Amino acid sequence: MRYEKPATAKEAAGLLAKEKGAAFLLGGGTDLLVKLKMGMVEPDLVVDVKHIAKANEIQTTAKGFSIGAAVPSARLTEHKALQKAWPGVVEAANLIGSDQIQGRCTLAGNLCNASPAADSVPAMIAAGAKAVIVGAKKRRTVPVEKVATGPGQTCLGSDELIESITLPKPGPRTGDAYLRFIPRTEMDIAVVGVAVCVTLERGRVKTARVALGAVAPTAILVPAAARALVGTSLDDEALEKLARACSAACNPIDDKRGTVEYRTRLAGVLAKRAAKIAFARAGGKS
Amino acid sequence: MSNATLVSTVVNGDAVQFACPSDESLMTALRDRVGLTGVKEGCGTGDCGACSVTLDGQLVCSCLVLGVEAEGRNVETVEGLAQDGQLHPLQEQFIEHAALQCGICTPGFLVAAKALLERNPNPNETEIRYALAGNLCRCTGYDKIVRAVQAAAKDMRKAKRR
Ligand SMILES: Cc1cc2nc3c(=O)[nH]c(=O)nc-3n(C[C@H](O)[C@H](O)[C@H](O)COP(=O)(O)OP(=O)(O)OC[C@H]3O[C@@H](n4cnc5c(N)ncnc54)[C@H](O)[C@@H]3O)c2cc1C
Repeated sequence: MRYEKPATAKEAAGLLAKEKGAAFLLGGGTDLLVKLKMGMVEPDLVVDVKHIAKANEIQTTAKGFSIGAAVPSARLTEHKALQKAWPGVVEAANLIGSDQIQGRCTLAGNLCNASPAADSVPAMIAAGAKAVIVGAKKRRTVPVEKVATGPGQTCLGSDELIESITLPKPGPRTGDAYLRFIPRTEMDIAVVGVAVCVTLERGRVKTARVALGAVAPTAILVPAAARALVGTSLDDEALEKLARACSAACNPIDDKRGTVEYRTRLAGVLAKRAAKIAFARAGGKS
Repeated sequence: MSNATLVSTVVNGDAVQFACPSDESLMTALRDRVGLTGVKEGCGTGDCGACSVTLDGQLVCSCLVLGVEAEGRNVETVEGLAQDGQLHPLQEQFIEHAALQCGICTPGFLVAAKALLERNPNPNETEIRYALAGNLCRCTGYDKIVRAVQAAAKDMRKAKRR
């Protein structure tokens, strides 16, 4: 196995394009090095993104935020402006593993590992995050909900990497929230994860985005769930509709953490709770 | 050893060089090449925290870091806690509270607790339990560990005021 630490994303893409064997990008390594240890991957080349200067920055722009692919979760938690703008995204990233994992794990790695239960992914989707993808020949920007195509699968070509994740500047009276259910209080894999983002106008929901994790082969955006909220001030009927739409969107697996029936029901319950938090964060009064 | 890379790093304040294959973990490099066996291998997959070290001050599981990633960085292990033959207050209080039995998890707990107290000199019980959630102990049941960390935090705050 060769280890390379290019200084630019373009150089990284060039290394990937040239490689004939199995090549892997290395972010925090909290998924990749576990797979390496288990013998699930046998890389010929590992390309570390942590020496790419741009990938280490959190930039605040007129359009919002740009979070470099190498920025670990611990740094998101410390970033006051980001925390204020997108508390749901930051709380989701903060749920990943222990303090030891937090010092390493990245949003880009969480996304590209493409686990259906990845915690930060539903929150990024609800917030309208996009992945800035650099290839050997071109750059492209892809909405986060389009990146994972199945468990462990992404839309990235063999010469492509994520350079950064962008989050828009939240409009006035916008709030987001992420909740996951795990049988323990820490260090477990989500049975269900729900992210909700709402923008209010005169006390009512003007626009909404609702995303679910761990209930389908990838995290999913659920437009019907968002529609249930629009025009309401989160009355009981709207919340019931939201819960039904979320449950209807579920296509989960049965495993030791939860049965299909349990996950389906839980998605609705958690969605109601997450919606209330997002609504309150947006300044809503119910 | 095929394809070994020479890595220059600083471990517990001392300049250290070691050669390792690029797929070797920092945990293995520290134990087998630098001789710091206070870095324990528990699970090897980031769940148990026995191999905890800090990398440029950031708490990590050394099993989830490649040895080659340590190039030019600052690594601190449990061996760096005691200064001039004087145990660290955390070590003193772990002994005082008998916060260990078999001892395999202890170095990881000490390193993680030190990282916590550097960030938060006066953590409450909940904060300690969350901060140490990445460290598993199968003997003592955590309670003595939490109390030892609280007592050490108190000692360290007192020493600072002096
Ligand atoms: C003990 C433990 C607890 C965990 N708990 C959780 C949890 O609670 N919730 C959760 O969601 N996850 C959890 N995880 C999984 C993991 O920590 C996360 O998925 C993390 O976000 C991965 O990020 P990373 O930077 O470490 O990824 P890496 O391991 O570096 O990479 C993951 C994958 O993405 C690819 N990749 C990395 N960076 C890029 C890039 N810039 N462009 C393209 N591809 C890239 C890699 O090639 C690899 O396939 C846990 C892991 C451990 C070991």
